[in-house]
Amino acid sequence: MLWVGLALILTVLDPAGTRAATPQTSLSEVSSEVMCPVCGTLLELAESPQAQREKAFVSRLVGEGRSKEQIKDALVAEYGTEVLALPQGSGFDLSAYLVPVIAFLVAVVALALGVLRWRRAGQRSDRADPSPAAGPSPEDSERLDADLARYDL
Amino acid sequence: MLAVLAVLGLLAFGLLSKGSSGIALGEAAPTSPLPRLEGGGSGSLADYRGRWVLVNFWASWCIPCREEAPALERFQRRHGGGGFTVLGIDSRDLSGDGRAFVRRYGLSYPQLRDGDGATAHDFGTTGVPENYLLDPRGRLRLLVRGPVSEEYLAGEVAPLLSGGGS
Repeated sequence: MLWVGLALILTVLDPAGTRAATPQTSLSEVSSEVMCPVCGTLLELAESPQAQREKAFVSRLVGEGRSKEQIKDALVAEYGTEVLALPQGSGFDLSAYLVPVIAFLVAVVALALGVLRWRRAGQRSDRADPSPAAGPSPEDSERLDADLARYDL
Repeated sequence: MLAVLAVLGLLAFGLLSKGSSGIALGEAAPTSPLPRLEGGGSGSLADYRGRWVLVNFWASWCIPCREEAPALERFQRRHGGGGFTVLGIDSRDLSGDGRAFVRRYGLSYPQLRDGDGATAHDFGTTGVPENYLLDPRGRLRLLVRGPVSEEYLAGEVAPLLSGGGS
C-alpha cells in the first residue's frame, strides 16, 4: 500500500510527459548536420530570420525529447531532403559516396597492372640480354693488343 | 582516365539535372501540384485556368511579406471572385509558422505550400516576396520582385482585370 502511495506521489511530481522529454540530442548537434535552405549554409553558421525560425523549431523538438533522426525527419518533411547537409544514399547523391570508392579501386587496379607490366618487361629484357661474356672476343683481343702496342707502354 | 571520365560525366549529369529555371513575360507558368497550407489535399495553378491569378510567393519570416499581406488581402476582397484570385505560395517556411501568419493577417485567399522551394525555383524567384500576375491562359503578364503596394495593385493590376487584357 505504501508503495502504491509512493508511486502515485511520484507520478504527480514527475508526470510521464516530463520523463519522456529528456533531451536525446542538442541544437548544436542537429544544426551541424542540417542546412539553412534559404542561406545555403549549415544551420549552425546561419543567422538569417529563416535560420532563427528553424533553430527554434529544432530546439522545440529537442525539448520534446525527440532523437536526432526524428528531428531530421521532421525537417525533411518541412523543407525536403535538401535540408540535410550530408548527401543521401540514393539517386544522384549516391555518387558522392560511390565516386571516391570507384576512383580508388580504379587507381589500385591501374597501379597493379603497371607493376605487373614493369616486372614482365624486366624479365623479358633479362632473357633477351644474357649475362655478358667472360672476356672479349678474339677479334677484340687482337685489336686491343694492337692498340696497346702502338702506345709503347 | 576512366575515373576522370566518370567524374566529368557525373558532374555534367548533376548540372543538367538541376536545369535552368525562371519564366519570362508571355511564357506559361509551372503547374506542378503543391500541398495546400491548410486543410490537406493539393492544388495547382492549373486549377485556376480561365481566371487571372496573382501568385504571391511569401514566407512567415519575411518582413516585407508582413507589410504587403494586408494590401493583398484588401485587393482580394475587392476583386476576388470568378475572374480573379490572389494565390499565396508559402515557400521555404515551416508549415506551422505559415498557418499562424495566415491567421494573424486574416488572409482569405487560397494558400499552397512550397516547403523545398522547388516551385519558387521553377518560377525563377530570387527571394520573397515576389508576385507574378498570370492571365487566364496561365501566361505571365506582370512580375514584381519585392512587395507590391496598394498603389501598384490599383494602378497596374486592376486595369488588366477589368479590361480583360488576355
